[in-house]
Amino acid sequence: MSLLRTPLYSAHQRLGGKLIEFGGWEMPVQYSSIVDEHLCVRRAAGIFDICHMGEVFVTGPGAEAYLNETLTNDVRKLAVGQGQYSQMCREDGGTVDDLYVYRLAPLEFFLIINASRIAVDVAWLQERLCASAHRSGVIFENASDRLAAVAIQGPRVVEFIESLFPGPSQAGTPAASVLALKKNEIGLWTSFNTDGTAPGPKIWVARTGYTGEDGFEVVAPAEVIEGVWNRALAVGHVGCLQPCGLGARDTLRTEVCYPLYGHELDETTSPIEAGLGFFVSFDKGEFLGRAALLAQKNGAWKKRSVAFRMTDKSPPPRPGYPIWADGQAVGTVVSGTQSPSLNVGIGLGYVPPALAVPGGKLEIEIRGRRFAAEIVKKPIYRKA
Amino acid sequence: MSSQVPSDLRYAKSHEWVRVNGDVATVGITDHAQHELTDVVFVELPAVGRVVKAGEGCSVVESVKTASDIYAPVSGEIVGVNAAVSANPALVNTAPFGDGWFLQIKLSNAAEVENLLTPEAYKAQIGA
Repeated sequence: MSLLRTPLYSAHQRLGGKLIEFGGWEMPVQYSSIVDEHLCVRRAAGIFDICHMGEVFVTGPGAEAYLNETLTNDVRKLAVGQGQYSQMCREDGGTVDDLYVYRLAPLEFFLIINASRIAVDVAWLQERLCASAHRSGVIFENASDRLAAVAIQGPRVVEFIESLFPGPSQAGTPAASVLALKKNEIGLWTSFNTDGTAPGPKIWVARTGYTGEDGFEVVAPAEVIEGVWNRALAVGHVGCLQPCGLGARDTLRTEVCYPLYGHELDETTSPIEAGLGFFVSFDKGEFLGRAALLAQKNGAWKKRSVAFRMTDKSPPPRPGYPIWADGQAVGTVVSGTQSPSLNVGIGLGYVPPALAVPGGKLEIEIRGRRFAAEIVKKPIYRKA
Repeated sequence: MSSQVPSDLRYAKSHEWVRVNGDVATVGITDHAQHELTDVVFVELPAVGRVVKAGEGCSVVESVKTASDIYAPVSGEIVGVNAAVSANPALVNTAPFGDGWFLQIKLSNAAEVENLLTPEAYKAQIGA
């Protein structure tokens, strides 16, 4: 199968991005270097192509009830213009996907799902809808092909984001300025430039991200996303904005212990085991996977996610490396890298629950040798 | 990005360079290779005294992105390794043909050097 390309493919080529395969997509892994881009996001600002991610609209009088029986978090808590992180689980608690869900209007919800899971998720969501008592009141649309997205992240994004999205929001969260959006809020802007050609395309701007920094995620029609990207790079100059690839996206999220589907989460791993129980709402009533997840929460779990850092000089830990404790192989690394912020090897892995204690001593096996590591509290990196 | 290919060295297809002085070959990785890796964060060197065959894996270089094997371009005994590059792996990025060298091999068959790529042939391989 040939690789899919985002609408920003030619922009990446023009900027000298190094392209790799990711989840069936041809995506930039880096432009200058992973460390350079990573530190740029921690200190200034970076823009990421996230067009590969999937978008789904769930609309109608039955949408809220249908989503609440399908997702782990409680969408009733969302006011118009608010978003939340959630998982979608199987009956046995295994994770189908992790996602963001926003309430755009009283009866309109918007889901952002992982690129590698679009086909699985859409089939799963449609199957659940067919089985739902609320199916007659729900309109389902997979908008992944017609919508595109970029993430603009870093402490200096606030210096230029208003010139990209001027004026007040027109839907979602009522906001006098894009800077008035709070974390997890989303608003609609209909112009992304100041040349007077408003009204332009509908662009949703959310104060969310995947880096541990302040920032925005921008969802726009595919045909205008290159305009948003180019305009952002032009006005972002004042905040030292740089294009950033998937390499930095991965090191940034690993430092702050955000899960990546296929690593921390998969169909054999539950959000409870992954340490994401905060996003599982047991008090909202029945939902798919509830019984299995509740049993795990009450102690019936087989593994537990831990964050660790290497304590001796060692090669960087990487996914798949065995984890040892007390002379026994006890688990596996699922994410690992050299932390550009801390300049030390860091990672996430799974171990038996009894061993998942901050300060606990581990060893990571790298090419047949074992190197000392220590379990640390999440996040591994915290802003000073 | 155009990469340097010094004219006084010989090259392996797998992007190592060789500088021969008497019967000792100094080995490192090329400017092109360090550009591809970027952000070198760890270099694992072999034990001095180990005997390697041409084409055998004898070091590992790790960038933030990935781990890559380094192959002995020639056969012989490892007679020296660069402690500086082990302590400061970024030397591979900043001085790939100088302070960023990896190891020295005492040639067991000097004729093998002639099997390596000339600078012109290596330039053609990397499109420089």
